[in-house]
Amino acid sequence: MLDALDLEIGAGEFVAMLGRSGSGKSTLLRAIAGLDDDVEGEVEVSGTVAVAFQDARLVPWKRVLANVRLGLRRPDDAAVARGALEEVGLWGHLDAWPLTLSGGEAQRVSLARGLVREPALLLLDEPFGALDALTRIAMHNLVLGLWERHRPAVLFVTHDVDEALSLADRVLVLSDGRIAHQSRIHLKRPREREHQELVELRLRLLQELDIDTKGATT
Amino acid sequence: MSLTNPRTVRLAVRVSRPETTQAGGERHGGRWWHRLLSPLVLLLAWQLASTAGLVSAQKLPPPTTVWHTAVQLVTTNSTAYGTLQHAMLISLGRIAIGFSLGASVAVVLAIVAGLSRVGENAVDPLMQGVRTLPLFGLVPVFIVWFGIGQLPKVLLIALASAIPLYLNTFAGIRGVDGRLGELGRTLGLSRGEMLRHIVLPGALPEALVGLRQSLGLAWLSLVVAEQLNANAGLGYIISQATQFLQNDVIFVALLVYTILGLLTDWFVRLLERRTLAWRRGLLAR
Repeated sequence: MLDALDLEIGAGEFVAMLGRSGSGKSTLLRAIAGLDDDVEGEVEVSGTVAVAFQDARLVPWKRVLANVRLGLRRPDDAAVARGALEEVGLWGHLDAWPLTLSGGEAQRVSLARGLVREPALLLLDEPFGALDALTRIAMHNLVLGLWERHRPAVLFVTHDVDEALSLADRVLVLSDGRIAHQSRIHLKRPREREHQELVELRLRLLQELDIDTKGATT
Repeated sequence: MSLTNPRTVRLAVRVSRPETTQAGGERHGGRWWHRLLSPLVLLLAWQLASTAGLVSAQKLPPPTTVWHTAVQLVTTNSTAYGTLQHAMLISLGRIAIGFSLGASVAVVLAIVAGLSRVGENAVDPLMQGVRTLPLFGLVPVFIVWFGIGQLPKVLLIALASAIPLYLNTFAGIRGVDGRLGELGRTLGLSRGEMLRHIVLPGALPEALVGLRQSLGLAWLSLVVAEQLNANAGLGYIISQATQFLQNDVIFVALLVYTILGLLTDWFVRLLERRTLAWRRGLLAR
């Protein structure tokens, strides 16, 4: 799946990775997270890695606060977890059972659980793929806010070009296990969707992804 | 045109609504004491049949006689039976020791088999074999091996209660969502933490089903074990009463078994309600 792939992410850099399904992006992410034992190669991270999965993956038999504290090894873990949940706007849900949360709320818990580990690298595996459009926009703003305050390096896997364009410092396109394209975006956030640079880059990325752009340019 | 007249439609809706809600309310159980009615009717019919002389009071003693006998067994320490509460304590002790032994072995074996292929290959074939063994066919063998004291009874109960608990807990552990295992790895959980926070709570719903079946089998094997050469306990009361042809005493002992069985079942249900509260959240939505 992956083929001699070499990727370096700077400290505090926000990288979005695009790719069609089967392009190897999940494999890469799982390899970096240490979940795939079959991948040969080296992963070097100066610090901890945290993951937010597409399915939020909360432990259903642990209340929200306990989910965030899970595996956290520090004496003030409860206070830190509460702080993180307050930061993602879930102060009122500390004692809620995960199954009672909406999709967006569950993802926010998942982000808080990643944040409290003070990761050097935060892996986001299509975390908003299952959310509705309005919740998505709110989550984008939340992620950017968290990223600006905590400054982890972020590897954000998505198949949504617009999502990548509005969030990332650098956009990669993965294809057949290789990085087929990458470009940097120097625009300040929040970004105008119709900014000339983004419009051009969007076209380019869609072509890289092999998506027919005729008639979709207006 | 008359079909689409809005007034007729509205009238139909207004009439049908209260009727359907009322019917729905009745269907969902009604008042709690409605469930007590049929047992009470049966009890009354039994009493009436006895007093009217339709059935012999010797063969089927009426509820009032059973009650009087129960009171007598509790208040007097007879040479034939001892006291009922003493017998009850003896039987409860056997269940407690046998069940704890069987349950702990079952859970440990289920964890060993559930967590590794090696463990599964070592443990599961044996347990599957024991499962198909006719349990009560072992009684004579147990007597040869362990004599006629407390040991064979306790071991029979232990064996009986171990099997369903093992099977369900093992299946429960294997059924835990693998994605939660991945999550545990990314959170850096140790093996012990993984077991405590992910594997065991994940297996709990099925383990509790097994626990209930185990308790049922434990009571059943207690009854069987106690009627073979016991010198104390509820089963001993039954075998004594059989010799003296005192069916009322047998009924009292059976009643006590039933009540104790119901109590342990209720205890498991309480445990379920407490430990599986996270699922109720799902139902409440």
